[in-house]
Amino acid sequence: MNRQRFLPGERFQSLIDQLKSAGYDVVGPQVRDHAIVFDALAKVDQLPIGITDEQAPGRYRLEKSESRRCFDWATGAQAIKPMTFVARETLWQSERLPDGSLTFHETLVKTRPTAIIGVRACDLAALSIHDHHFMRGAHPDPLYSQRRQSLFLIAVHCMRSAATCFCTATGDGPRARSGYDLALSELDEGFILEAHTGRGLDIIVQLGIDEATVEQIERADAGIGQAAKQQQRILPVGPLQEKLVSAVEHPRWQTLNDRCLSCGNCTAVCPTCFCQTHVDEISLDGQQTSHIRQWESCFNPDHSHIHGIVIRSERAHRYRQWLTHKFGTWEEQFGRSGCVGCGRCITWCPVGIDVTEELAVLCKGLVNE
Amino acid sequence: MNNPFMPHEAEVIARHDETADLFSLQLRFTDPLIHSQYRFVPGQFNMLYLPGMSEVPISIVSDPDDVHIIDHTIRKVGSVTSNLGRLQVGDRLGLRGPYGRGWPVVDAENTDLVIVTGGLGCAPSVSLIEYVLRRQARYGRIHIIQGVKHSSDFIWRERYDLWRQYPNVEVWLTADTGDTLWPERLGPVTQFFDQLDIDPKQTSVMMCGPEGMMKAVVHDMQQRAVPGKRIWFSMERNMHCALGSCGRCQLGAKFVCKDGPVFNYDELAPYWGHKGV
Repeated sequence: MNRQRFLPGERFQSLIDQLKSAGYDVVGPQVRDHAIVFDALAKVDQLPIGITDEQAPGRYRLEKSESRRCFDWATGAQAIKPMTFVARETLWQSERLPDGSLTFHETLVKTRPTAIIGVRACDLAALSIHDHHFMRGAHPDPLYSQRRQSLFLIAVHCMRSAATCFCTATGDGPRARSGYDLALSELDEGFILEAHTGRGLDIIVQLGIDEATVEQIERADAGIGQAAKQQQRILPVGPLQEKLVSAVEHPRWQTLNDRCLSCGNCTAVCPTCFCQTHVDEISLDGQQTSHIRQWESCFNPDHSHIHGIVIRSERAHRYRQWLTHKFGTWEEQFGRSGCVGCGRCITWCPVGIDVTEELAVLCKGLVNE
Repeated sequence: MNNPFMPHEAEVIARHDETADLFSLQLRFTDPLIHSQYRFVPGQFNMLYLPGMSEVPISIVSDPDDVHIIDHTIRKVGSVTSNLGRLQVGDRLGLRGPYGRGWPVVDAENTDLVIVTGGLGCAPSVSLIEYVLRRQARYGRIHIIQGVKHSSDFIWRERYDLWRQYPNVEVWLTADTGDTLWPERLGPVTQFFDQLDIDPKQTSVMMCGPEGMMKAVVHDMQQRAVPGKRIWFSMERNMHCALGSCGRCQLGAKFVCKDGPVFNYDELAPYWGHKGV
């Protein structure tokens, strides 16, 4: 349905404008507080032009890039997870009437069609996992579903990997494969656009731009190949569920007990973590309540609390739960690993625990047997 | 789209104090249509909600064929259950359910049953026992084994005495420690197993109670060659949604709220017996 087109860099604003005139609110990456975050985007010069990120275990820094590209960085702490699985939202409300009866009200989610520019392959893979979790079970989540359906996604194929990236090991990047409407490949002189959906193609057609040249397409492919080659981190050969479950008493967990701070940063930045706390907030007169859902971390002891007992009372238990779930038991639940190789858990771990290093140790003995 | 997280209003039809910290609540949805569509199997649970507090998962103890009421026996173990204990007849609360996979009451037909309960007022097993005794012709012999910490914890004596009067039903009671007038056994529940004349190929074991007790029973029944797929237990984990969404009840690859709370041993074998899983 689609040939790749070329949008000159100086005309990038026309893509933003075209999305707006098609009725979308536009969201894109921008620099704030020394990090790249996603927020409302009106002008192309809000993008992180000429900025790159340097990432390492426990380290994230933005630096000046040698190029004038907009997407010459890998990942920020968050991308699109907070836009579909909101960090804190009201699930429903209750009201006690004067006669003692109790009524329940659904909360209405207000959404506007929203186009997100700059979604990476890892984040698309994570979104697909969340779609499975929130929308395809026996009880589809109405809040997630409504937010999800409002999105128009513009992927960016990665041309540069951070040192913490390992999407080639999970098979999720650096090229975005599915789940987007439009994809961009950034060259020094502009962008190659490809549509993956009819509405994506509509936007391209409206832009009235020429086809990309074979040379440009080859250069983009080489750039994506270069991003793949930059990745150093690998994963043990999967599937990993049986290996990790068998390693339940591995002595390595105890070393993690001594290093892990149980802060939950890894779960907050992970694009696939979905654990939740549901809490009630009550009005001052005691007659109205809001039932709130907020992000929860399995590193919080309360996560496994049952009447006086904390099932995962030690940090080693909690780290084991997180890693075994993410890379192991997730396979049984969702038919794939829960890791998309974005590397955020490595970057944002304050003590620099590297999941790829831990998995190599934990799965090694069994591989060799 | 229907909001599956939202409770419905229910009314307390009756309440009964079993002990100082154990009570029963009979509930009914105030919307007759919702009540008429409500169906459950023994071993499933509901989420009970008090405004301003969190929801709690509570096992259903009434008979699934009794369409008039939904009965819960609840122990006061935390703030929500303690406040549920203060509800009076006519009070309103939130209710949604039923959730989870209950006891294999159909799969276990035509087998002998060994039902083991540790602790007092273990609601999932009471609902199971009442269910199978009312449909006794479908099952073989029924062995009921109840253990408590101290003989003074023992409640529902009349109920056990009644159960003993059924043909082909044996009831065994034991306490870890007992006062001088305790007429039953002292010691662990497993002490009775040598006296059970069971055919391991024709027996279904179902239990609920502390995980330590369940581990001992599983071990013993495996020694007796009862297949793991016919050793069943009801598990307990933290739950906020009961829909498989909030992630808190995970036990290995299982979500206790939707894959359980009743599991057979084979399903949990990889995770069984490890602390902190």
